[in-house]
Amino acid sequence: MRIGVVTFPGSLDDRDAARAVRVAGGEAVSLWHGDADLHGVDAVVLPGGFSYGDYLRCGAIARFAPVMEPLVDAARGGLPVLGICNGFQVLCESHLLPGALIRNDHRKFVCRDQPLRVENTATAWTSGYAAGQQIVIPLKNGEGGYVADDRTLDELEAEGRVVVRYAGDNPNGSYRDIAGVTNARGNVVGLMPHPEHAVESLTGPTTDGLGFFTSVLEGLVRS
Amino acid sequence: MIDTVELAAKTPDQSQPWDELGLKADEYQRIRDILGRRPTNAELAMYSVMWSEHCSYKSSKVHLRQFGDKAPQSDALLVGMGQNAGVVDIGHGYAVTFKIESHNHPSYVEPYQGAATGVGGIVRDILAMGARPVAVMDSLRFGPLDADDTHRVLPGVVAGVGGYGNCLGLPNIGGEVVFDPSYAANPLVNALCVGVMKHDDIHLANATGVGNKVVLFGARTGGDGIGGASILASESFDDTKPSKRPAVQVGDPFMEKVLIECCLELFGAQVVEAIQDLGAAGISCATSELASNGDGGMYVQLEKVLLRDPSLTPGEIMMSESQERMMGIVTPENLDAFLAITARWDVETAVIGEVTGTGRLIIDWHGETIVDVDPRTVAHDGPVYERPFARPPWQDELQAAGPEGLARPSSGDELRGTLLRLLASPNLASKAWITDQYDRYVLGNTVLAQPEDAGVLRIDESTGLGVAIATDGNGRYAKLDPYTGAQLALAEAYRNVATTGARPLAVTDGLNFGSPEDPAVMWQFAEAIRGLADGCQALGTPVTGGNVSLYNQTGDTAILPTAIVGVLGVLDDVARRTPQGFRESGQVVYLLGETRDEFGGSEWAWAEHGHLGGRPPSVDLAAERELAEILVNASRDGLIDAAHDLSDGGLAIALVESVLRYGVGARVWVPDGLDPFVFLFSESQARAIVVVPRSEEVRFTDMCSARRFPHQRIGMVDDGGVLDVQGQFVVPVDELRAAHESTLSSTFEA
Repeated sequence: MRIGVVTFPGSLDDRDAARAVRVAGGEAVSLWHGDADLHGVDAVVLPGGFSYGDYLRCGAIARFAPVMEPLVDAARGGLPVLGICNGFQVLCESHLLPGALIRNDHRKFVCRDQPLRVENTATAWTSGYAAGQQIVIPLKNGEGGYVADDRTLDELEAEGRVVVRYAGDNPNGSYRDIAGVTNARGNVVGLMPHPEHAVESLTGPTTDGLGFFTSVLEGLVRS
Repeated sequence: MIDTVELAAKTPDQSQPWDELGLKADEYQRIRDILGRRPTNAELAMYSVMWSEHCSYKSSKVHLRQFGDKAPQSDALLVGMGQNAGVVDIGHGYAVTFKIESHNHPSYVEPYQGAATGVGGIVRDILAMGARPVAVMDSLRFGPLDADDTHRVLPGVVAGVGGYGNCLGLPNIGGEVVFDPSYAANPLVNALCVGVMKHDDIHLANATGVGNKVVLFGARTGGDGIGGASILASESFDDTKPSKRPAVQVGDPFMEKVLIECCLELFGAQVVEAIQDLGAAGISCATSELASNGDGGMYVQLEKVLLRDPSLTPGEIMMSESQERMMGIVTPENLDAFLAITARWDVETAVIGEVTGTGRLIIDWHGETIVDVDPRTVAHDGPVYERPFARPPWQDELQAAGPEGLARPSSGDELRGTLLRLLASPNLASKAWITDQYDRYVLGNTVLAQPEDAGVLRIDESTGLGVAIATDGNGRYAKLDPYTGAQLALAEAYRNVATTGARPLAVTDGLNFGSPEDPAVMWQFAEAIRGLADGCQALGTPVTGGNVSLYNQTGDTAILPTAIVGVLGVLDDVARRTPQGFRESGQVVYLLGETRDEFGGSEWAWAEHGHLGGRPPSVDLAAERELAEILVNASRDGLIDAAHDLSDGGLAIALVESVLRYGVGARVWVPDGLDPFVFLFSESQARAIVVVPRSEEVRFTDMCSARRFPHQRIGMVDDGGVLDVQGQFVVPVDELRAAHESTLSSTFEA
């Protein structure tokens, strides 16, 4: 199974995401922001970082990168897409996911090992977890506050589209402790925490993040 | 009108602003003697920055030579001092380059940008060696935690270090933060970067090959940072002069991230012969150093430099310290391939000149020659000062005023109170409020990071090869005795690296002192270098490079003499690394090394009594070497599950940090014949605590006995949730945590 990892200028966790794909047993394929071609991959990860320097607004410029054109079409057609941190911001800017990410309420960058609760195990990226499972993976962001209007938030809750929620202290002021959401179809997931940093016991606080990558690979095998 | 070489020859008497540019009268005269005429304005600008203290090391050179003269034999050193950074062989064809650099003065003037560009500058130094930068560390010093100015400077510096490093995608894996009144108005911001390459990838800053192109690429040249090196870094602050804000550079980490990836692709494609980053003194430095390290000649058309501000004069263009720029030497055959790669990364590039065999650095501005110099006279033959130095008259008095008379806690309750107060004191309190603003995970190779004893990185996934790095520096010890103090900084960093199981290999140093024009400061500086050079010789770890920052003083008051030492070590199998935290109940705690009644310069004397006097703890480098071998062998052979070095605050603080890491408990007993206070708080050196699984106890103690190294069984790890110093006091782990973790957050979140 081939999973594409997009590199924008300013992407930082692209190699980590590729490593996580390999550790999970998949083949990682580099995709370049300027190349409007997905090269036939079976799923895509938009990695963390500061694409285009986060100028204007996080993810606002990346959204217009040539690679996003086929990606948005494919995502609407059901291609599994995971946006991590900056990738989540790009997905919101691209309107593949509702809401937006704003500056942390405490106005500082935060890096910590974050406890999370997996709320939705029906998405392409979380099917390997148990509902309600507590996991710990790194969180690191300056603009990770998830916001949306009340109607959108109510809708997300009603449709079970909150994928993961912060457990314990809310690290960035996200509404309703939301750490990740999905689209109606469950193939596109945006996450503020970083599962790709928790796939090896040597370098991660846990290996709890591996499930996001094994979930999508198993789903692809089954289909 | 542009001041040309031709005009300068005709107008010898024209007055020139050499004083404002930081040159002394005799230095200006020397430039005239070298050229046989007055310098042009552009030449004057060039000499003034390159002959500044910051760039020329004119006051420190005569002392720094000892690092070469006393360098221990080492097979590991691939590139020594004098290049952008030293390079160390770590095996399997891999080489590591690392260096520490200061950005002290700019960080006081403009904390965020000063600190950010400090990180950016050292990262480019590492990149210029041909290496991929893989981590940063920061060594910070501030005035008192409760001082108003600390509240202006510290949050900005931390946000700057974090903002730039996080955005570059480099994990921050360690460093230290110390508060002392002497750093008020003179904060220290020293940033360390480490990079990795294969041996074949090493690049040097030598412009060779007549006809090769000189290419400037990266950010455009602007008006920021003009004269930063000469004006900011080479003078003391003085209230009577105008604001120096325009001399601070402004950083763009996104540009630098793109530049890193672009350079690595250029190296990979083998289309760049030599490379140098533009830092202090900008184009003046890069052209003169590249030329004088190579064939000796270079011709530059300065009008080809891409500008952010078209109104800049030629002199300003040459002095600008705009960030995120690199200069490459490229053969004519490779130029198209080079330009294709920079275009792919949207990095602006200009061919501004070529290497010549004339032995002259000639710079033209729209067809008129504005610089015609021998580049060696700019880059290497600057003034060298044998500044007078003398042991200050107050040194004896300071050493005589030892801590012996200070009231010591004796009852269990008093010891308990002392521990809780020390834990919450600014220098010993948790620094998580700071380090939680730094990304330690990016790149996915961080094996250990702060608050561990050293940062540990995986270098190669297939072999498990790894490196460990620690920085340390205790200015109070060095004030009491600069020679010993520098060795203590070295010993602690060396011990910290060994504590993680890594074999120490090489050293980088950040030497931060007051004004070299004060003989007392110069004596501190000379003694510290002598101590460090002797120490490196004894430990077999050569100095590979580093940085000197002088003039860190306000009025007559200099900072504590602060030699920050970074030690790099190697782990053949990084999975064997030893972490700091206690974890498994039932394991045995051993204290390694000898504990003496040593409190001179200690954290206890300072935090509890505001006292600084006497002698620092004694140094025993042979014992440090022995301890390191025990720690490295025990890690390799799987004899220990945790280890923590003993330093500031002594055993008690180390125990608490180890217990807090995973929230377990421990029971500890005071060995017979040892005073509980000395046992808990002495800062005797060459000591560590280790946790030994019961199954390995015999093997471990046999190893220590065979080496005749002192080792005492002092406790057990348990899951009781308390630290129990038997017969003295008991403190719940939650109470320890509250004391340790609230100081910084309550100060800055208020």
